[in-house]
Amino acid sequence: MSLLDVVGPVMVGPSSSHTLGALRIARFAYKFIGEMPESVNFVLHGSFAETWKGHGTDKALLAGIMGMHPWDERIREAYIIAKNSGLKYKFTFEDLGEVHPNTVLIDAAKNSKTYRIMGSSIGGGEIRIIMINNVSCEISWEYNTMLTVIRDVPGALERILRNLTVNISNLYLRRTNALGKIATVIIETDEEIPPDDRKKISENPCVMDCYYVRRD
Amino acid sequence: MRFSDFIKNCERNEVSLPEAILRAEMEETGVPKEKLKDSIAKVFEIMMKEVESKYGKKQRTLTGMTGFNGYIMSQHIPRMIGEFNHIAMVAALSMAESNAAMGRIVACPTAGACGVIPGVFFALKKVKNASQKELLVDFIVAGGIGWIISRNATLSGAEGGCQAEIGAAAAMAAGALTYHFSGDAEKCGHAAALTLKSMMGLVCDPVGGFVEVPCVKRNGIATQIAIGAAEMALGGVGSVIPFDEVVDAMRRVGRSLPESLRETGRGGIAVTPTARKIVEKVKSNNI
Repeated sequence: MSLLDVVGPVMVGPSSSHTLGALRIARFAYKFIGEMPESVNFVLHGSFAETWKGHGTDKALLAGIMGMHPWDERIREAYIIAKNSGLKYKFTFEDLGEVHPNTVLIDAAKNSKTYRIMGSSIGGGEIRIIMINNVSCEISWEYNTMLTVIRDVPGALERILRNLTVNISNLYLRRTNALGKIATVIIETDEEIPPDDRKKISENPCVMDCYYVRRD
Repeated sequence: MRFSDFIKNCERNEVSLPEAILRAEMEETGVPKEKLKDSIAKVFEIMMKEVESKYGKKQRTLTGMTGFNGYIMSQHIPRMIGEFNHIAMVAALSMAESNAAMGRIVACPTAGACGVIPGVFFALKKVKNASQKELLVDFIVAGGIGWIISRNATLSGAEGGCQAEIGAAAAMAAGALTYHFSGDAEKCGHAAALTLKSMMGLVCDPVGGFVEVPCVKRNGIATQIAIGAAEMALGGVGSVIPFDEVVDAMRRVGRSLPESLRETGRGGIAVTPTARKIVEKVKSNNI
């Protein structure tokens, strides 16, 4: 914890775990999709499901999926803003299994593409994204994060790394579909991954999808 | 890093306490001191702007359990305490209620304990006419004390109970007040130690799990403990147990608190008959 973490952050209350953390998970989803989705369903689990309205978790999630910053005082009016901007939203409650008590599953759709992102708020506003599009992962969003879906063939990873001009902090590779020969690579970096690198990587024939979420 | 390291650095390099704190942070993170100071100043300005605009206002909180206490106390003419304490109390209540009303706050050191520091700083500004520049230096002292607690114990109610949130906030405030009036690093340590000892073992027992009861009023009352401890330290009353050792004790106490008393809403006042009734009502209102 740095001095700045002790004296901050600036945020909208009331709770760093139930408000700030919730907003950051939804804001990650917003950044991952690249824009506000057309429709979204928030599936609340555990403590999120129990005390959601009293902590403003619902408003924080809506604000986050619309791309608001944690210190935006319009979070309070998230319902009205969502309605005015035509966002279709829903809150449901479900036991999501053996996950942190403060967990939400975000099902969103944009341009006939669907996104499924699960995240946990683990305290002090810190989050972990634990699943993206049915692939389990562990993303803290403390780094710039690139997620690529690749063909599970020899040399695929090497071809991605070849186009990367910045230092890698963390790297994960996981086979996600043995039958379809699909794997997922998550790359976390301190430095921003240059647009040129990303372009080259996404043009790579081994790469089926490439998402990039800049550190907030 | 311990508080005694700060003191050693002050003596060895003949620098002030806030300077020693900034240097220690710079050594750890590599962020240049001036840049760090600018970032802290931005947070500080927002905190002061918010307390100025919310002071003594009625606010609509999420559950309605609080929201009017800052206003009530601002209308009350104090019978015992002076202007300084009164303003600190009203400001702390107002900021804690703003937090519960989804207002913008500075989580210094946490959202639930966000009233104490702006409380005493607003009193310094209004009653002692302290300049923004002086206050920023005091604010760095508060941050340094919180930093020591975060490193050697915790600032999380879920881990260490309310002593780690409002207790820590009050210790930070007491250190800042003592620095403002004396510039004496050792006295700051005494003020922080006296405060933390007075709040040791304080449990985190929010009614319904919501950050309102008893959090809001605890913020207001904690300013009074901080001011009292700072006054003692300024007068020359020291803590027999050094601040670093008090922090160690606080960590151990926090670990021995049962889970029911660590932000779960399943112990303390949260399970009293009245609390249960209130929670039922709040939930039936679809909150």
